[in-house]
Amino acid sequence: MGRKLLPLSGNYAVAYAAKAVDVDVIAAYPITPQTAVVEKLAEFVANGELDAEFIHVESEHSALSAVVGASAAGARVFTATSAQGLLLMYEIMHIASTMRLPIVMAIATRAISAPINIWCDHSDFMAASDTGWVMLMALNAQEAHDLTVAAYRIAEDPEVELPVAVGYDGFWVSHTVEPVEVLDTDEALKYAPKRRRQYVLDPERPLTMGPLASPEWYFEFRVQLHDAVERSREVILKAFDEFRRNFGRAYRPVDGYYTDDAAVVLVSMGSASGTALSYVEEARRSGIRVGLVNVRQFRPFPEEELYKHLEGAEVVAVVDRAINPGSAFVGPLYSDVALTLFKRGRNIPVLDFIVGLGGRAVTRRDFDEIARRSLTYLGKRMKDVKQHYAFIGVRE
Amino acid sequence: MSSITIATLPKEELLAPGHRMCQGCGAAIVMRHLLKALGKDVIIAHATGCVEVTTTLYPETAWRVPWIHVAFENAAAVASGIEAAIKVLKRKGVIDSSKKVKVVAIGGDGGTVDIGLQALSGMLERGHNVLYVLYDNEAYMNTGIQRSGATPIYAWTTTTPAGKVWRGEWRRKKDIISIVRAHGIPYVASVNFAYITDFYAKIKKAAEIEGPTFIHAFAPCVPGWRYEPHLTVKIAKLAVQTGIWVNYEIERGVLRVTTPVPRRLPVEEYLKLQGRFAHLTREEIEAIQRMVDEDVEYINKLVGTVVIGPVERRG
Repeated sequence: MGRKLLPLSGNYAVAYAAKAVDVDVIAAYPITPQTAVVEKLAEFVANGELDAEFIHVESEHSALSAVVGASAAGARVFTATSAQGLLLMYEIMHIASTMRLPIVMAIATRAISAPINIWCDHSDFMAASDTGWVMLMALNAQEAHDLTVAAYRIAEDPEVELPVAVGYDGFWVSHTVEPVEVLDTDEALKYAPKRRRQYVLDPERPLTMGPLASPEWYFEFRVQLHDAVERSREVILKAFDEFRRNFGRAYRPVDGYYTDDAAVVLVSMGSASGTALSYVEEARRSGIRVGLVNVRQFRPFPEEELYKHLEGAEVVAVVDRAINPGSAFVGPLYSDVALTLFKRGRNIPVLDFIVGLGGRAVTRRDFDEIARRSLTYLGKRMKDVKQHYAFIGVRE
Repeated sequence: MSSITIATLPKEELLAPGHRMCQGCGAAIVMRHLLKALGKDVIIAHATGCVEVTTTLYPETAWRVPWIHVAFENAAAVASGIEAAIKVLKRKGVIDSSKKVKVVAIGGDGGTVDIGLQALSGMLERGHNVLYVLYDNEAYMNTGIQRSGATPIYAWTTTTPAGKVWRGEWRRKKDIISIVRAHGIPYVASVNFAYITDFYAKIKKAAEIEGPTFIHAFAPCVPGWRYEPHLTVKIAKLAVQTGIWVNYEIERGVLRVTTPVPRRLPVEEYLKLQGRFAHLTREEIEAIQRMVDEDVEYINKLVGTVVIGPVERRG
């Protein structure tokens, strides 16, 4: 068959990835901007292009519950959601990870109500940050495709056995059509082969899953979850490495641009990183010493890889697309970045810029403002920063 | 209707002893006989509840069949996923396609008629080949006897106490069977372990029929209903003899009462053994009697003949 270059939206790119890895069970509920993923998968199944059971669940809660059941019974499973749907799944997300089920879920990121808003930000993705899932964020449709395929290899690795979420920005990526090189089933399955897991629901070998654990045992389950998430770091690196060797596209937990000699390093995640890079390239031409880090792997948080790009920075400016009102950090990405520096004894100003909530466009002008504000802190320390966060592009 | 007799009940125990259910627990009797009737080739998806917490305290388990618990409201959704997985894995040759595996979801009344109703409805409507078993002990017993949608009228619970203003629960028990049968599924039945051969016959039938089937199992609760542990089976029997509980099945839309009661006992015979009804006045007992009379009349009308007879007053 060979690889094909197709014009695909991010949603369709993800659907093609699920098809390429020959998923067995799909359960999903429609929600904007995710809907087109499951529409496309339904089309594949309806046309006989994909042999899978498609469960038309009555809610996202049941979508994740059904794939939990299917995964426990040994199937390769897929689901997708956004915003309110993710929040409805939230209860089951924790259970899926501690039960160590290699579920893959696509998240077309979207703002959380109220007010109801179907457009992009990272409120939903960030709400899942404490669930014990491996979390990746794609920059564009090609990455959404590639990371979804890689997600199966990571999730099902015997050292990991964890659910993996692949985020991609609602509309900016989910609905933007780009040329995408689509992997065919043979090569995708060679890269992410199916295998029968040791523990599945099977009358031949009865076992109990999801028991009650008293204070004598619960703690160990949770620590084992943490250990598995930690072990996934190596597995992700290997999966990315193998991906590059097989398919030629190189992915890393973080991407750094112009960070070697940057005074200010921007740290961003998702499609805004593309805009940020375009700004950084322009700023460099005007002699502004700004660099950029794009965070692709959000959980486990790639501190070491990130720090390599922040070591020389005098100011770090985190760009957050969600808020945690009243917290000490305000922007959730900020907390991970600031702690990465703090833990390594770096006492430089770390600033947080909240952008683009509810689908408000994040422009190069916004990044210019962020960079200029950050430059005023050169040579200062964290204690010189009166307020570490600011809202960019919001009405006064 | 069936060749099952007391003498031919399966000997193998698939629910291991040593679980932590109460002495005299009705749900424990339901589970033991449910598993005997189902046999080994099942996968169970269990909702959170009394039975779940008392049978799987890590690192022990009472289940000798594959069993999974995920959360409270989603047993039907989890079962849907398991059933779908088996179907596709058989098709793809991953598991032996000749092997029969029945997926069974189990939930209590809270997990079924309240918080799990949506997932149940979805599973029934989609036509999954799953048997759903509701063990009904008529309140949230696991958390300590709070009323559910299945709590009967006038029953004391910790959230419907009998006080100066409240007289226990003031709403009637939710009619889950009507809700379930409205989905047009092939088989719905009620079972009561005081009539054990009827219980077995129905479980076997429900497990054999392709598609979604539903069993409503009566499950008296010693601490929740406030009675002595040795009275469980007696209370279960009285529920049928008074017409409070009717053993019936609805197969392809046709209703059949499987335990006819030519002469009913007054409801008081059932109520007076239970502390949850100890506060009832004569008028309230009479009110319950009238409601049961109406229910019986309705069932007789559906059947087209008198299968549950009039109340026979003693003395």
